[in-house]
Amino acid sequence: MGSVGAKEVPVLLDAEGRRIDGRKLDELRPIQIRAGPLPQADGSAFVEWGANKVMAAVYGPREVHPRHLQQSTKAVIQCKYNMAAFSVDERKRPGLDRRSQEISKVIGEAFESVVFAEEFPRTSIDVYIEVLQANAGTRCAGLVAASVALADAGIPMADLLPAVAVGKIGGQIALDLKKEEDNFGEADLPMALVPQSGRLVLLQMEGHMTEPELAQALDLGVVGCRAIYEKMKEALRERYSVAPIAPIAPEAA
Amino acid sequence: MPRGHRPGHRSGGREEASSHPPRDRVLVLPGEELPSRGLKPGPGTYRVGGKVYASQLGLLSPKPPLISVVPLSGRYLPKPGDRVVGTVTDVQSTFWLLDIGAPRWAPLHMTGTPWKVDIGEADRFLRVGDAVVVRVENLDATGRIGVTMLGEDLGKLEGGTLVRISPARVPRLVGRGGSMIATITRHTNAEVAIGQNGRVWIGGEPEAIRRVSEVLRMIEENGPRSGLTDRVERFLLATTPTAPGPDGPEVRVVPHDEGPPDEPGAPDEAGLDDAGATEPDDG
Repeated sequence: MGSVGAKEVPVLLDAEGRRIDGRKLDELRPIQIRAGPLPQADGSAFVEWGANKVMAAVYGPREVHPRHLQQSTKAVIQCKYNMAAFSVDERKRPGLDRRSQEISKVIGEAFESVVFAEEFPRTSIDVYIEVLQANAGTRCAGLVAASVALADAGIPMADLLPAVAVGKIGGQIALDLKKEEDNFGEADLPMALVPQSGRLVLLQMEGHMTEPELAQALDLGVVGCRAIYEKMKEALRERYSVAPIAPIAPEAA
Repeated sequence: MPRGHRPGHRSGGREEASSHPPRDRVLVLPGEELPSRGLKPGPGTYRVGGKVYASQLGLLSPKPPLISVVPLSGRYLPKPGDRVVGTVTDVQSTFWLLDIGAPRWAPLHMTGTPWKVDIGEADRFLRVGDAVVVRVENLDATGRIGVTMLGEDLGKLEGGTLVRISPARVPRLVGRGGSMIATITRHTNAEVAIGQNGRVWIGGEPEAIRRVSEVLRMIEENGPRSGLTDRVERFLLATTPTAPGPDGPEVRVVPHDEGPPDEPGAPDEAGLDDAGATEPDDG
């Protein structure tokens, strides 16, 4: 996330321990999840998390393309994370780059550990994540969107996969960094949790933390994931227990 | 496909809907612990350390000795005996590959058709994009699907339009004892072939196809609510064809045997009642 020319390091934590957007250290940005916005996909979800806006679509299980990726004992999970050219202030050069390849890989692997892929041998479950607006934490937002989309697609799996990043700003461990905190903070630690088992299936780190800080960050992240888990379940419940009323004779005459 | 156009979709109407709590329907989500009480984990569930969890989004179904989750979404999972509507995706020398909305394409071998097909001449009978009605014969452990076109009400579909609905909505479209589909065909001049896989073929005049498509959309969006057959009937009465002919804007009740001229190979709408109304319709 190139913030070219930004030299002044902003004050990330004020004297009262408030962050630049007024949040406390253990507070999440507002998050809104909608399941099923894309009727053509087998499953889909849209996540607005802080200033992040991420759409995910799931197709499958379906025939594998290219064919040679097919596995005879289980489905392959093909995940594609992409940032729109307009998702950041300075135009993002479209297409595959090292960063999006890495994120696609780690998210795909996270899902491999929860999806019951053996139920659909020789097929592919295709997960598409499109970041429309980015403000730090897009791999977590993408993972959350993709997980809700997978559930919406009726894919069998051990659990939903909430994710959040914990970081270090102004010497303090803080939950869910936003862009400025990510750019000028000291560390960033994205993680994804399987709530049912308590296992972490994605964990990456950038920057530096001491061992006690890392332990504190992991604890805080798990709490954050559990809060996000509730939001994910809420979104799916809303889609499936409440059917909107179709208009009677909307286009009559 | 007309699925993209959804006036008023999702907006509003929530209060009304929630005042109508569905009976005995418990929605469960992946990872949710289920009240197993000694029941064994069935389809859509898994067990870890003596506890049973849902592995799929769906409705809880405790039927001793199993506790299962009935999926509300997802692709069509083939069952032997199902009649399905598919499209040809590939032509080989001795068989065709059909997309029936399942996880995998289903090969239709030339010996499973009523035609005498010479090797290498398969594309004289079916080409990529053609729609067919076939029956699922068998499945193997790797998910390979065997289908046949030999049997009553099976064959190639000529003309018409294909519409996709969720496979979970098919029982709703058929209705109890075929009541819903009977209502639809009674009030329109359309022929309808319903596949268990949620692919629905509609034949007839463009106006009739349009109205049936609209009804399918209503059914897709109103699954778990009662009174749907009445609502569909009211909709169809309110949208009588705009140019009804000399009789004026009255509803023409078309007897089943008086539909549009049968196209070769098109399935009769009789025989649709077997489409498996498993979900009661209290409309």
